[in-house]
Formats: sequence, C-alpha cells, structure tokens
Amino acid sequence: MEIHEEKRLEHPLSKEELDKRPKIEYKPYAKYSYSAGQAITKFLEGLKEGKIYGRKCRKCGRVYVPPRMYCEDCFRPTDEWIEVKDEGIVMTAVASFISWTRERLESPEIVGVIRLFPSSDRDFVYPALFHRICCSYEEVKDMSIMGRKVKAIWKSKEKREGSINDIDCFKVI
Amino acid sequence: MHKVAIVAMGWYGFRPLTPEVSFREMVFEAATRAYAMADIDPRKDVDTFISCQEDFWEGISIADEFAPDPIGGSMRPTMTVSGDGIQGIVHGAMQILSGISKITVVESHSKPSDIEKIHKIVEFGMDPIYVRTVKSPNVHFLAGLDASKFMKKGYTREDFAEVVRKNKVNGLSSPRSSYASKLSLEDILSQDYVVYPLSKLDIAEYVDGSIVSVLASEEVARKLTDTPIWIDGMYFSSDSTLELSYLGEAEYLTISSREALKMAKVDSPTKLKGGFIDDRYSYKELEHVESIGLNAREMLREGELEKDGDFPVNPLGGHLAKGIPLEASGLSLTLDGFEYLLSGKESAIVASWRGIPTFTGGVLVMRR
Repeated sequence: MEIHEEKRLEHPLSKEELDKRPKIEYKPYAKYSYSAGQAITKFLEGLKEGKIYGRKCRKCGRVYVPPRMYCEDCFRPTDEWIEVKDEGIVMTAVASFISWTRERLESPEIVGVIRLFPSSDRDFVYPALFHRICCSYEEVKDMSIMGRKVKAIWKSKEKREGSINDIDCFKVI
Repeated sequence: MHKVAIVAMGWYGFRPLTPEVSFREMVFEAATRAYAMADIDPRKDVDTFISCQEDFWEGISIADEFAPDPIGGSMRPTMTVSGDGIQGIVHGAMQILSGISKITVVESHSKPSDIEKIHKIVEFGMDPIYVRTVKSPNVHFLAGLDASKFMKKGYTREDFAEVVRKNKVNGLSSPRSSYASKLSLEDILSQDYVVYPLSKLDIAEYVDGSIVSVLASEEVARKLTDTPIWIDGMYFSSDSTLELSYLGEAEYLTISSREALKMAKVDSPTKLKGGFIDDRYSYKELEHVESIGLNAREMLREGELEKDGDFPVNPLGGHLAKGIPLEASGLSLTLDGFEYLLSGKESAIVASWRGIPTFTGGVLVMRR
C-alpha cells in the first residue's frame, strides 16, 4: 500500500522527459484598478489621517469596519460615519511560516482579527480589522495572545498613503 | 404548466465610468430599485438569489463570495452562474418551476472601467495553444472572420451601417444609452476599418452597470403586480469553440430560439411584437435576427426592423447605444424588453450572446 502510494505521488515523466514535450507559455495580463467606492474611499482617507472610520446602521446598531454604505442584515443604507478606536482585542491569530507566494519565511508572520473598541465581549458582530499582530510565535502557539488588548502601530504621517498598510501592525499594550 | 414572471427590475450606472461607487455599492443601488418596484423585503420575501459573473471580469478569484450581501442574500441561499444574465434567468425560472422558490432574484453587473486592458482578458479567454499564440493584432479578428462569411449571404457594408444608425438613434430615448447618437449613413461609412468590414462604430463599447431582476411564481407574481411580464419560453445553448463552430451564422441562437419558441408555443417569431437582440457588432444583429428564423436582410431594407416597423429590433438602442455590460448583457436586453412590454406592447423575444470568443447565447420569449 505504501509503495503504491509513493508511486502515485511520483510524476510519471522525469523533468528531462517533460522538457522534451511541446509546451506553450503564456502570462495573462490581468491587471485592475478597483474603484474603492464611497465607503472604502473615506476609510482609506481616514487611515492617512491616523483614524479608523466605520459606518453605523441605526436600525440594528451594527458598526461596519471596514465600512459599508449598506447594512447587509437590514438591507438598507447605513446611516452615519463613526470613528472607532485604534485599540481592540485579539479575537483570532495565526502564525504563517510561508509567504503568499509559498516561500518559507525566516520568522513567521502573525495575522489575526482585532475587535475594535467601542465593542464588548458580548457582541457577536463588531467593528474589526484583519491585520498583522506584532507578537511572538510562542504567544500564538500557547494562545496567550487571544483576548489581549492591542493598539495600532501607525506608520509616520509622512509615510502614510491611504492604505491598510498605513498601520504596521497591532501590538499588545 | 406553471408560469414564471419578471415582476420588477432595477438598474444603476450604464456609464463608461462609475468611479463614485464600488461594484458592490453599484449592485446595492440596482437591487434597492428592483425591490422598491416589487415592494418586497429581500431579507424576508426572497427565497433564492442568483448572481451571474465571471472571475476575470471581476478581477477577484472566487468572486461568488462577494455575490450575496449587496443583493440582500447574506446568509441566504445564493448561487452564482458563470455566464450571461439570461442563463441566470433560466436557472432562476427552473428554481421557481421546480417548486424550491416562489421569488428568485437574478443579478449581474459589470465594471470594465476597473479592468486595465479588457482586450487582454478577452484574449485570455481564447484557446491557449493555437488562437492566442497567433497574436492577432486585435481581438475583433473573430468578428471580422464571422462578418466576412456572413456577407456572402448578400449583406453589405451599407446594411451594417444601417443597423448602427438605427440603434444609435433609437438609444436616444433610453436613459441607459451612453453611446446613443444621431449619425448619418455617410458618417458611419466614412469611418476607418478596425477589422474589415467593421469600423469603430460597428463595434459596441463597454459600459459599467448593474441590473437586478425579481422573478416570481405565477401566484406570487399576480399578487405583487398588475403587470407581470411572463417568461413563456427560455433556452440557452453553446455551439463549439472557434475551430468547430459555424462562422457566418449563430447556431447557439438558432437552437436557443427554436426551443424557446417551441416552449412558448409560438410558431414564428413574426407573431411577436419586437426583438431585443444582441448587436455588440452591427452585423451580429442581422446574423442573430436570421438565427431566430427571420429574413433579416429583407426586413432591414424594408424598414421592418425600425422602431415603428412591423418587427422593431432594439427599439431602445441595444448594445451599440448602451454598451456591453459584460455578463449583464443579457439582462440589459431583457430590461429593454421588460420596459417595452410595460409600455403596453404585447410580446417580445430577447436573444443574447456572450460575446467573443464564445459561441453561447440564450433566448427568452416574454409576454405581457
């Protein structure tokens, strides 16, 4: 069974044999410049100013961060801009040892979801950002990072460009 | 047999650029208008949602993840159709006819202004081994081949120019027609060729837009509106790929219209009161009119395809006036047909094509 499994995983042709076969190479030109729209434009402009903006639906009270111009629960336009704090609680965290393009990283990159204030641990929908977390792998591994209070580490004002990367990461305070 | 009706449609955009909205905001705007027309709450009244889209148009892989929330489908049964909006309408109708839904929403949208080089995406849709590698100077070569073959049936450049003139002027009466204009035949015929026999004016431009349609079962449709637009016949089909498909004719619409008309129990399209027929290339309108079983050349030359003719084709302008809203193209023609029937006309045929490099099209037979 083991031998059979090994054979199955092995490619039937060697690299040399493969190179002999005709192949057509093509690199697609698939480039886009996405319209940020009303909600995300204000959000990105806010980041440049060191602020995190959300939109609130007055009907259900939900605050959308990143903002939306409509409430997906109530299916109506959201009503007002809310500035939320750049502090919150780590709700999830994961340590990745490979990059997006699958290269091995020397030290793991840690990302997760931060529930931003104002919100409470009784909320099941809340304003939140998915972002990098500046903490050690050990804190992720032993899960001690979960529930910790963190704050955004912003790039210096001159270096901000209206991007989610205007925040370097969220750090435990 | 039970019936399915379109009870409401909403739209937003139909402009070359819509920088003020994201694609999700654009879809929300169209959905809001459709639900206001139907007087329904999508969070309570809609059973199923369908979105028609294709990842490379969206610029997002697995773009169907973004389908539910702007149409009110968050945490609700939502499916996507990787194809034209008419294919979505047929899927929606099947959901209603099979009894799993009483109200189904079908959405499609386009934001080609977000795509840096759209012709490169069209090129990416072609066969990678022997079509793409030929490196044709422009993507319209396939239309040129098709049009040249079609001309052998006795059609002339003047016939194509007549379609351009007719549709661009018809579009002046529709608020969705960014590309409508009043041109003379001389204006059109004096243009340089992009690919023989087509000039820039023979080729529809792209457009940003979103359309949301609300389908309902017969019982529900009658409660929601006094003027349901019934879908009496529907079908979509594909021919083969370039090397195996027939050029100079549109087999996909021959099959689709034959079956849709049969389903609607209409023995000849001349019994219908108008057509909303893909015209993304001028000659294609005529080829498609032929494919649904009519003598396009004679009808065009006799003026029967004009707005006030016996069988108006694209009386609200078609794609030459409105542009090509990618996978929303079929819904764009359906929306024109819907408005045409609401204005008091009795019946219409909608015939859509998915555009180069596809040989896929769909047909709806609609009746007031």
